[in-house]
Amino acid sequence: MKLAGSRRLAGIAAMSALALTLAACGNGANAEDDATNGSDTTTTDAGDTGSVELSGEIAGSGASSQEAAVQGWIAGFMDQHPDVTVTYDPTGSGTGREQFLNGTTLFAGTDSTLDEEELAAGVDRCFGGEVIELPLYISPIAVIYNLPSVDAEHINMDPETIAGVFTGEITSWNDPAIAEANPDVELPDLPIIPVNRSDDSATTENFTAYLAEAAGDVWTYGAVETWPIEGTQSGAQTSGMIDVVSGAEGTIGYADASRAGDLGTIAVGVGEEYVPFSPEAAAAVVDASPAAEDATDLRLTVDLARDTTEAGTYPIVLISYSVACSTYDNEQDAANVKAFLEYVASPEGQERASRPDVAGSAPISDELREKVHAALDRITVAG
Amino acid sequence: MATAAPSPSTPDASPVVRPGRTPGRVGNRIFSGISTGAGVVILVVLAAVALFLLYRAWPALVASREELGEVGFMQGRSLWEYVGPLLFGTVLSSVIALVVAVPLSIGIALFISHYAPRRLAQGLGYLVDLLAAIPSVIYGLWGIQWLQPTIDPLFRWLSDTLGWIPLFADYQAPARNILTAGLVLAIMILPIITATIREVFLQTPRLHEEASLALGATRWEMIRQAVLPFGRSGIISASMLGMGRALGETMAVLMVLSPGFLINLFLLQPGQHQSIAANIAAQLPEASGTGVDVLIATGLILFILTFGVNLFARWIIARRAEFSGAN
Repeated sequence: MKLAGSRRLAGIAAMSALALTLAACGNGANAEDDATNGSDTTTTDAGDTGSVELSGEIAGSGASSQEAAVQGWIAGFMDQHPDVTVTYDPTGSGTGREQFLNGTTLFAGTDSTLDEEELAAGVDRCFGGEVIELPLYISPIAVIYNLPSVDAEHINMDPETIAGVFTGEITSWNDPAIAEANPDVELPDLPIIPVNRSDDSATTENFTAYLAEAAGDVWTYGAVETWPIEGTQSGAQTSGMIDVVSGAEGTIGYADASRAGDLGTIAVGVGEEYVPFSPEAAAAVVDASPAAEDATDLRLTVDLARDTTEAGTYPIVLISYSVACSTYDNEQDAANVKAFLEYVASPEGQERASRPDVAGSAPISDELREKVHAALDRITVAG
Repeated sequence: MATAAPSPSTPDASPVVRPGRTPGRVGNRIFSGISTGAGVVILVVLAAVALFLLYRAWPALVASREELGEVGFMQGRSLWEYVGPLLFGTVLSSVIALVVAVPLSIGIALFISHYAPRRLAQGLGYLVDLLAAIPSVIYGLWGIQWLQPTIDPLFRWLSDTLGWIPLFADYQAPARNILTAGLVLAIMILPIITATIREVFLQTPRLHEEASLALGATRWEMIRQAVLPFGRSGIISASMLGMGRALGETMAVLMVLSPGFLINLFLLQPGQHQSIAANIAAQLPEASGTGVDVLIATGLILFILTFGVNLFARWIIARRAEFSGAN
């Protein structure tokens, strides 16, 4: 009786998976195959893991940066597959990788890619398979400012100017470096108050990485998680940052773009033009970036081209990876993880995360989605 | 109260003792067992906390400089270079809180115990106690949303007119400095200090007060001659209790202060100081490995500090109790 119930559910699941993959211009035939296969358990072929009825638990942990998005994905996924319970513990990237590698969790979220040592450990953890790393969370970081007296939608700044502002070399809003880039804006004679995150943060790391790559002459501190300059205004967490920037006139800070709210945002100098943040521009920079040196078909890691000059790209982004195994020791886990990540990569999942009330991330491009699906199709069962 | 002896009631009890049933004995035993157990549990918990802190902090205490160098948020400092500024910031914020809160508390306590009409005094006492029931997050929100913008002009004026004193130099808006944090803490510790001082003042021997008044003292002179000397150690111990609370306060400081790791007395500049508790709360979510050990080591030091302060306060109270017993 119970079996019949879950059978029907599996049918629904397969149907929705079919709808999903079709929408994603993925391999619809494969899903159809799964639906007809029923409970064929002697599968060795990677594509067939979908034949298992989806139920049970998937535990994940890791980066807090993508927590809001993951919670959104979990809600969306569990709407479709009520028998599967997905949990995500925002322990931080390092702990997330650790827990994934020692088998505590089935998937992880991480802001930085796995290093060689971790990849080696990953082979053991993945029962002889490989670690899959997918850039499924792309979040633009906005440079926000509080200047109520300025009407302009954006203030233009070159990378060197942004670096100068945050190192304290440029101290006034009407500094020539800013004025030259904004001929049409009347800038007030106000001191600039740079604001940074007081806690260790991936946002800080990506922002400083941008400064180091795009304006290395001015920003000499490199890419760091902890803000390197003493005696600055700062706030804990994104909400703290927003509070501080909102708290005084003339402040400038950086935060997850979805949280910018009413604050002004800087249009960043890329090549000859100034680009304000937008989901499309943020996704574009990921596509414009070359694959990382050790990337494979399974590990879609990218070397963010933060110093890109390509038109229409917004270079200050944070990528958070979803990490899973190419091989699991039982079909249930393999099928669950595969289905979940397929949902995450689907247009529906990406659209859900991009909603301002979820995470405000930038949806991945179709080009990237195809590669992600190819990687996910290789999830299989050991033995 | 002290003269009311409990003995007169016993002769009234029935002289007939029923043999065989001694209900009191079992009850006594159970109750004394429970209360002894409760007392022991406290000690065990305290010891367990201390042991846990020591055990978890140990790797950080013995870690080499290279190991600590890998911890991002320490930025190459040694453990003591990291703990020093934190300890300083913790004590500084608490001292500011005390400087503001203690005079205010004495005033409130005196008003309640000696000036206010009886009915008003009671209501006011409850109100002050209610302050203690507000969660610290609320104080943090209040500090960030209301106090910071409100106090901005005052700080600006202080910095402009008294800026030549290093203490008040170079204010930068928004008001996220150690002085703001100290002010929020002051309001948070007001209730416990006021309540303790009020109790002590109320215990001032009536005879002392009346003697003073009989000698022609005004009410203020009476307070100065009888109440304040009697309550002095109470004031000190109440301050210490308040300081104990201020030292460990996390949320409000975390929300109100722009932290930094410097040892100086620039009260109005952002990014100079940080308290231990707020630092743990800020860094722990992203910390791993040695980083966690380091944070727990700072927690151990905070534990020792608050323990010491509270112990000192209790010691003063105990010493006072001996004296007041004579009255």
